[in-house]
Amino acid sequence: MIRFEAASKTYPDGTIAVDALDLVAPSGQITVLVGPSGCGKTTSLRMINRMIDATGGRILLDDQDIGKVEPAELRRGIGYVIQHAGLFPHRTIIDNIASVPIMLGRKKKQARADAMELLERVGLDQKFAHRYPVQLSGGQQQRVGVARALAADPPVMLMDEPFSAVDPVVREQLQDEFLRLQGELGKTIVFVTHDIDEAIKLGDQVAVLRVGGRLAQMATPAELLSNPIDDFVANFVGRDRGYRALGFEVVGALPLEPEPTVALSSSFDQAARAAQDGWILVLDDARRPQGWLAVDDGPAPGSEAINPVTLRRGGTVADVDGTYRAVLDAALSSPTGRGVVVDRDGAFAGTINATQVVELIESRGVAS
Amino acid sequence: MAKGGGGAMIGQVFSWLTDPAHWRDTALDTGITTQLLAHVRFSLIALGIASAIALPLGLFIGHTRRGTFLVAGANALRALPSVGLLVLLTVMIAPHFHGRTDIGYVIPTEIVLVLLAIPPILSNTYAGVDTVDPAVTDAARGMGMRGRQVLFDVELPCSLPLILSGLRSATLQVIATATIASFVPLGGLGRFIYDGLQQQDYPQMIGGGVLVAALAVTADLLLALLQRVTVSRGISGRFATKGDAPAGPIEGAITRVEVEAG
Amino acid sequence: MIAAADSPSSASSSPWHFFGYFMDHRSEDLGWLWTHAWLSVVPVIVGLLIALPLGWLSRRYGWLYPPMMSITGLLYTIPSIALFVLVPPLLGLSSLDPLQVPIALTVYSVALLVRVVADGLASVPDEVNQAATAIGYTRARRLFTVELPVAVPVIAAGLRVATVSNVSMVAIAGTIGLSNLGQLFQIGKDLSTPTAYYPPIVLGIVLCVLLALVLDSVILLLTRLATPWRRAVAAR
Repeated sequence: MIRFEAASKTYPDGTIAVDALDLVAPSGQITVLVGPSGCGKTTSLRMINRMIDATGGRILLDDQDIGKVEPAELRRGIGYVIQHAGLFPHRTIIDNIASVPIMLGRKKKQARADAMELLERVGLDQKFAHRYPVQLSGGQQQRVGVARALAADPPVMLMDEPFSAVDPVVREQLQDEFLRLQGELGKTIVFVTHDIDEAIKLGDQVAVLRVGGRLAQMATPAELLSNPIDDFVANFVGRDRGYRALGFEVVGALPLEPEPTVALSSSFDQAARAAQDGWILVLDDARRPQGWLAVDDGPAPGSEAINPVTLRRGGTVADVDGTYRAVLDAALSSPTGRGVVVDRDGAFAGTINATQVVELIESRGVAS
Repeated sequence: MAKGGGGAMIGQVFSWLTDPAHWRDTALDTGITTQLLAHVRFSLIALGIASAIALPLGLFIGHTRRGTFLVAGANALRALPSVGLLVLLTVMIAPHFHGRTDIGYVIPTEIVLVLLAIPPILSNTYAGVDTVDPAVTDAARGMGMRGRQVLFDVELPCSLPLILSGLRSATLQVIATATIASFVPLGGLGRFIYDGLQQQDYPQMIGGGVLVAALAVTADLLLALLQRVTVSRGISGRFATKGDAPAGPIEGAITRVEVEAG
Repeated sequence: MIAAADSPSSASSSPWHFFGYFMDHRSEDLGWLWTHAWLSVVPVIVGLLIALPLGWLSRRYGWLYPPMMSITGLLYTIPSIALFVLVPPLLGLSSLDPLQVPIALTVYSVALLVRVVADGLASVPDEVNQAATAIGYTRARRLFTVELPVAVPVIAAGLRVATVSNVSMVAIAGTIGLSNLGQLFQIGKDLSTPTAYYPPIVLGIVLCVLLALVLDSVILLLTRLATPWRRAVAAR
């Protein structure tokens, strides 16, 4: 756990970068610091590994005052990932990853073998091991940067805009894999970004900082979206926060409609007779939805059976415990306009249409 | 003289160079071998001293970003005419040494050579360390490297191409200026040029020119080889596999625009 | 040639007496300064005229670049004094031909400037070239109205280096008997036995440095005049 206790950074010229920051980054969770440029988020992050020394207050790492630990010693126990990766251009990928373990006195051979494993763990082929950073794309370099920070298995990771310099598609991939990796590793992570979407996607909790280095609000992403503490946070979180908030709120009781269904093993005639508006939902033996059958598509060629090839799987299927957004997505992406909802076992529970979802959203009184 | 034109002269120069008698010392004359060794000795001493001063200084200035005015000051030295400086220091220093040794000429020559070799080594070392990607040094410090480790494990290897190209410039300048040292007068390959001129022995004069040129080219090749061996491929950009290697060798991008004043 | 050696008319041998020495031998010194200036400037101009097409070619045809850089690099490696004495036999001139030094210095300028021109042209952003082509410029028109002007700052930096180093190399030519400011060092050396006589030596150094500074400033000024758009950026 990392605890800021009235930590401040004032520069000799009087500029206040961080102003009496109180903040706790719980163990095993991702704490995101977000805010406009000049809000002191990077300074706050760099104060944790003493790349910048606090001028007031203190920072505790697992109840130990980091001001009392020798900086190099402190940093060796903290993973550090930065925007442009900062890989050593003169070392191969494998040696870049093994940097910290070797510095800590581990055997080179062992360190390289471990690095090889990490390479795969961050989603890079082992053929990259003996290449140099200049031969890799920005996204690949960033993966190596993460692997290098993980190499000595530090309990704490500091990440300063690690995905900001890559294109949106690659960024999305990196974020997803980062979340998967964190699911396996459970590190204590402090993550800096200027991108509120990234903060909401990655953070277990998000700290919004305002210019001048003061904490505006510290909350879970859902709470931040539904209850911004003031105009600054509301503006920063954005106009479409209502829609984004839907992604975090569980609907609760869904007014489900019954829907005629047939089994996959039924004949086409049976299905066509049960259809409503020309569509029929087909289920498997465990009553799990398989797709919508359009009567116009006809039976499988040369038989009386349902043709599985013509089934429209449509978009997503929502869970009865799903969020507003999941349910809305299911309704909007369905070819019939009726969103398919399943129970906890994945069995069909009923349908709901978009109009009904919107009514639900409006009656809850947050979206605006 | 040399009415016979270029062709005949080239033949005479060739026979002067290939005559074994010219390579050996005699009671009256110093041979090519001895002068070549003297030339190399002067040059190595000067380069050694200049490197001992300029390398640590350049690394220090680049690493700490303090004292950059020293780099600018050293660069201003380049506007000085090397031959004028050589004559000035010789007439200042030589009269204080009487005797059979030529130490009175060696000292001013070495001073000039060192003064000429310092600016390229200093400014290239400084520029090399200064241009290391800040993200790289930030990452190095952030993973817990101490100042010394950052300097020697990261900044030095990353700036090696520039440092070595500074050393190459300095070497060429020193070899060139050591030739002029024969003007003051001192041994070395320049002896043949100035003696040949005085005696109107043009094959000897031109032969001396050939020897100096050959020495300079050889020294430069050796240093290029050293550069190839010591600089990481990750920095030089020389890759055996073409496929996904970057566009061009980065080495080529480092233009050697050093002044060769000699 | 070394007439001045007979008449150390100046009584003082103090290094600071160089101005008095200059006044005593004014016409001779000014003549040397004039020759020195010409020898420093003309080879650079001729060198640039040769280097422009060579640099453009090695940019236009990529395969030419590596061999071109190897050859010019090799030429640049040869010490100036060696090149001075090697030029006459290689070109079939007589030794001490008046063209010997200008030719050698031109070779140096070409060696330095080919790379500078090629790199200067390479410094023109691709978008700029594409834009010029897109609005219908022919290749030649693009070269003279777009690429070369944009490359001026890089080429000018190379010209400054070439000119300043030429001033020093011309002085070296003085030690093998050519009339220029290098003669002052010859005279100083000859007059310094048995005791040091500084004025001509110091005068030579001072004039060489002044000449280098003046030429450097002239190129800087011309570059500024030729690239008004850069001043606009600086002033903003």
